[in-house]
Amino acid sequence: MEFNGTLFVQYLIIGIATGALIALIALGYTLVYGIIELINFAHGEVMMMGAFFSISLIALSGVSADSAGAAIIGMLLLTLVLAMAFSALLNFAIDRIAYKPLRNAPRLAPLIAAIGMSFILQNIGIYWQGSNPVRPPSIIPLEYRSYNILNEWFALDTTIRFRLLDLFVLVTTIPLLIGLTWFVYRTRIGTAMRATAQDREAAALMGIDVNRTIGTAFLLGGGLAGAAGLIALYYNDNGWYRMGFRYGLFAFTAAVLGGIGNLTGAVVGSLCIGLIWSMSDGFMKQYVSGWGAQWTPSVIFGVLVLVMVFRPSGLLGEQTVDKV
Amino acid sequence: MGDQRLNELVEQLRGGRIDRRTFLARAVAAGVSAGAIGAALTRGQLASAQDSTPSPTAGTLIGNPAIQHSTDTSKGTIKLYSSWPMIAASEQIGGDSREAVALALEDFGNAAGGFALVYEALDDAVPSTGSWDPGKESENANLVINDADAMVYIATYNSGAAQVSIPILNAANPPMAMISPANTYPGLTKSTEATEQGEPDIYYPSGVRNYMRVCPTDDVQGAAAANWAFNTLGAKSAYVLHDNQLYGRGVAQSFRDAFAAMGGEVMGFEGYDVNAPDYQALMTSIADTGAEVLYLGAIVNLNAGKVLADMRSVMPPDQVTFIGVDGLFNQAFIDAAGDAAEGAYVTFSGLPPAELQGPGDLWYNKMVERLGREPDAYAAYAYEAAVVAIQAIDQVGNKDRAAIREAMINTDGFVGLLGTWGFDENGDRSSATIGLNIVRDGAFTFEEEIVPAS
Repeated sequence: MEFNGTLFVQYLIIGIATGALIALIALGYTLVYGIIELINFAHGEVMMMGAFFSISLIALSGVSADSAGAAIIGMLLLTLVLAMAFSALLNFAIDRIAYKPLRNAPRLAPLIAAIGMSFILQNIGIYWQGSNPVRPPSIIPLEYRSYNILNEWFALDTTIRFRLLDLFVLVTTIPLLIGLTWFVYRTRIGTAMRATAQDREAAALMGIDVNRTIGTAFLLGGGLAGAAGLIALYYNDNGWYRMGFRYGLFAFTAAVLGGIGNLTGAVVGSLCIGLIWSMSDGFMKQYVSGWGAQWTPSVIFGVLVLVMVFRPSGLLGEQTVDKV
Repeated sequence: MGDQRLNELVEQLRGGRIDRRTFLARAVAAGVSAGAIGAALTRGQLASAQDSTPSPTAGTLIGNPAIQHSTDTSKGTIKLYSSWPMIAASEQIGGDSREAVALALEDFGNAAGGFALVYEALDDAVPSTGSWDPGKESENANLVINDADAMVYIATYNSGAAQVSIPILNAANPPMAMISPANTYPGLTKSTEATEQGEPDIYYPSGVRNYMRVCPTDDVQGAAAANWAFNTLGAKSAYVLHDNQLYGRGVAQSFRDAFAAMGGEVMGFEGYDVNAPDYQALMTSIADTGAEVLYLGAIVNLNAGKVLADMRSVMPPDQVTFIGVDGLFNQAFIDAAGDAAEGAYVTFSGLPPAELQGPGDLWYNKMVERLGREPDAYAAYAYEAAVVAIQAIDQVGNKDRAAIREAMINTDGFVGLLGTWGFDENGDRSSATIGLNIVRDGAFTFEEEIVPAS
């Protein structure tokens, strides 16, 4: 079959938007792992709780698609900030309740505690919003839901869709990623985090409050997950108690693919997964007969296995100095 | 009070002031028991009535009218067991079916063939998962075969559960009758392209068939949808998606095969990743094929609402028609898809209870009275299954599992809630009615009855 450039660009756009969203969650996995070498399996659920919090908050505010534009944008920004704060505190609390008492226990113990927290949060999610997928309060006016920027703003005559929603994902995600990088590399506490990541005991000897540093990592990761929750909620127009599990699995894979503990690696890994996903779901079947979306998870994890075989520390895993 | 009202109604009917249908509806509405209505009908008070529907032998219009019913209970007790999930999400579905079976027994005076009938509803779900469990189903089946009074097992709801219990009942000596109101997986009774190697014989170790079902199978549903899409809708191309499960994939295959056999072009047959958070790339590629119909074989809780929502973001309803299977016939599917659900078609093996005619309409009124709301659609089949069992006991008049099983499998000329039917040689219903529903204003609306291409 002939190469279809238009479709290819379309899959690129979908893959990048999805990858950016995954990156927000993957960073949370990698931040925590970098410091205490714990895979926080409850991280995806923190994102789900952020989404559920957003649903309740927006429903409570009474702002709807009929409200003034400024009210809608203001409400979305307010929700973003509050959902981040909520998830940050939740993640912090999880650490204090479930992981901190196990800090010096064998590594398997906090891992099991993380899986337990994940189940607990899923059940709270069911209690909160029910066991079926729910749709978020319709706050985005109908005409903007499929609003194609390329047609409307740039007056391009193309069938390629770059929706306002895709832009929404990118304009929320990119500043958050830049902000995080700035925080880790340019602030005092960021420096303390990097020091703790390199050698916890040495950092403590230098007068760094290790527990406070760990707490900060959980707050930061939780905040990003809260933002991802709100974004995913409106990007997918759908929230579900299992959404955290689904995104979490891909984000965890992305973090490992990029080199767990490495911030840049998590973003690169996420974009890779987003692109592999959209290409496998859409593009591949034009060229390979019998190809279908059912193979996508196999491809993603197949790539992961290959990377692990040839670069066991992940794509960017060798830059251990950057490990956070 | 009820008796007085009944007498008034009988007078009105005799005088020709109301017709038979109105009579039944009003009698039910007045709270007259089914038995009393039946008695009124059979005492010959309706000699002047214009209607010639065969008079039933008991307080019901359902069943084979030729089989004589006896309310004598001198021979002892026979137990009927049912087994399906009745907790968590299945509380209402399973509960309605249990009530339907109980109603069938009451309509026949809780007796048949000289025995008093006792009904016990078992649950094959476990609280930890809220859904059926192989261990629990196996326990139920073993309990039933070891109860000397048990003659018929009315089970199961889930086809997977039937795969567990059919062999258990079949290996009993003699094999015991099992009749299902809701198993739609074809492989339980016959071999099709969608079934596994060795099916259905692996379920019948003794070589004797002891299983039958009163609901249409999945392959019939897919074929009926294909016939409607090709001939009524006029679509010439279709894309088929499924959730990779036994059920979803099976119905999708039968749609694909029937659609292709009529000359339609199948643009793709594909499983989707049920854990994926979105399907934009997949839907973009499907839109690119230009298919006129998207057929989805899946169940609600495998992300089907999201599949439809993402489909609609690239394929508007005026260009591509969505047709789903009965695993999606649930309000949760509409809620998950939101606005995207408008105009979506979903088929169902049967009709919505409120659409039932004749005897079905009488049954519907009784169930509404009993439950205080609409019964679940599968409750109609549960009622029919119970009547098949009761009439077999009437015919045999003995505690003889083998004879009762034979009588049940030979059911024919059965006046059911959905027309007259019998069992074919596989134990499947000979005539099947598939209902086509459409989503309007956020709710399912019955559209029409559809059938497979002959």
